[in-house]
Amino acid sequence: MTEEPVISVSELTKRFGNFTAVSAITFDVKRGEIFGFLGANGAGKTTAMRMLCGLSFPTSGRAMVAGFDLYRDAEKIKKSIGYMSQKFSLYEDLTIRENIRFYGGIYGLTDSQIKSKTVLMIQQLHLENQVDTLVTSLPLGWKQKLSFSVAMLHQPKIVFLDEPTGGVDPVTRREFWTLIYEAAHGGTTVFVTTHYMDEAEYCDRVSIMVDGRIDALDTPMALKQKFNAPSMEEVFIQLARRAKRGE
Amino acid sequence: MESSVKVTNVYKAFKSGKTEVSALSDISFEVKPGELFGLIGPDGAGKTTLFRILTTLMLATKGNAWVDGFEVVSQFKEIRKRVGYMPGRFSLYQDLTVEENLSFFATLFNTSLQENYDLIKSIYQQIEPFKKRRAGALSGGMKQKLALSCALIHRPSVLFLDEPTTGVDAVSRKEFWELLHQLQAHGITIIVSTPYMDEASLCQRVALMQEGRIMEINSPKAITEGFRKPLWSVRAANMYQLMVDLRTLEVVDTCYPFGQVHHVVLKNDTNSAEEAKQQMNGLNARDLEVQRIPATIEDCFMDLMRQ
Repeated sequence: MTEEPVISVSELTKRFGNFTAVSAITFDVKRGEIFGFLGANGAGKTTAMRMLCGLSFPTSGRAMVAGFDLYRDAEKIKKSIGYMSQKFSLYEDLTIRENIRFYGGIYGLTDSQIKSKTVLMIQQLHLENQVDTLVTSLPLGWKQKLSFSVAMLHQPKIVFLDEPTGGVDPVTRREFWTLIYEAAHGGTTVFVTTHYMDEAEYCDRVSIMVDGRIDALDTPMALKQKFNAPSMEEVFIQLARRAKRGE
Repeated sequence: MESSVKVTNVYKAFKSGKTEVSALSDISFEVKPGELFGLIGPDGAGKTTLFRILTTLMLATKGNAWVDGFEVVSQFKEIRKRVGYMPGRFSLYQDLTVEENLSFFATLFNTSLQENYDLIKSIYQQIEPFKKRRAGALSGGMKQKLALSCALIHRPSVLFLDEPTTGVDAVSRKEFWELLHQLQAHGITIIVSTPYMDEASLCQRVALMQEGRIMEINSPKAITEGFRKPLWSVRAANMYQLMVDLRTLEVVDTCYPFGQVHHVVLKNDTNSAEEAKQQMNGLNARDLEVQRIPATIEDCFMDLMRQ
């Protein structure tokens, strides 16, 4: 890991009317780091993530993502990152090959790059026999692994994963984390949200949002020590119970 | 005592283009009156299809089922009066207020909020401050409580909850299960589905489901105690490297990451942690720790998936 942060956020804030969804959050993420972004429902995770992806304009504060300024270069940020969510990532009524071709085009890859990437990806995922079937007929676990690979198609500096393992079976959930480790090993920064607290343990560092603020940020080990808790689940519960806004 | 829910050899197949997809395959189980029964499995296991058949919203391809003593096809009207159903997707009227939703469902069942107030009191009191708010404007946790109140308004004898805690954070999940245990005290049979394996231990009995089949039915305790082999929790300074290395060892049968430790099953049985550690001595791991641990439902689920 080099010392230059790949995400650098300072006092980043987002207000909707008189509601402060994200309140002056400050943090850095290093290159090749697996960064867990946790928080209760409604704590402001999605809003913060949308800002970092260049999809939502901040009210105030500063942020550099993949070397670009959030205010000036949102379009360049979008080209340097990958994004995958549980709810939507692939077109169900396109085949696997068509999805790869479509996203390759969106990310600005050339035809020959797309061709060679397709071959490579299909091999890695062992999908040789399914490459021309519709995505809708794939089991959920395969879809999730495929959409992760698609999000990595253009070798982004950062990949944002929004609850990538929700509803996935326990074996596939672990296979998915192997993909995350490999990506981080290859130098891609992984920014991930999850409701599975065992997965929080797999992150290099974890931040926990409460009422729009980041109330804790450290390695899982240090957080457990600080909150005198046996597991990340306990840490999370202690922090989330502080929440005042909400419901 | 008669069962509250009885399912015998139920199959369900869907046509998808020219091919037939099997959603449920030879499903049989019984739930006793007043029991809290869990259907545990990932997306695609068939949990929702099973709920839809039992709540008389869908016909099985083959097999029989009874709810509260009534048969799901010939006596569907009786069943509809007696069950509460909370589907996975938020199913209330978004443009009606909290109060309007409750009175709408009460009217459908020819009852009122007051009539069964003791049952829903503890849940309703949490949403009462927002009773004039439209359901669509509620937070996730509040929507869930409103949906549960609506499903209970006619005092059902059997309550079906389809993934009530999916996508819900750890704190709200804990609160929701506390509510379920309170409801159980009222004698209602509860069948709840979840993809979270750790929630199995909160049920009296569970069915572990995968790809349309039930792999095992038992109490969570009996399932975990029946794990086939000694299970070892292993940790070292570099956990990722440890997993990669363990998987290349000849003596290792399975190795799965479990949060801060890896769970390892060895091919050769041994009951001593010292011996297990010796078997792993091909590893060049710093600070290697090996400890015997009881299996969790997730260990058992993954083991059943391999069979």
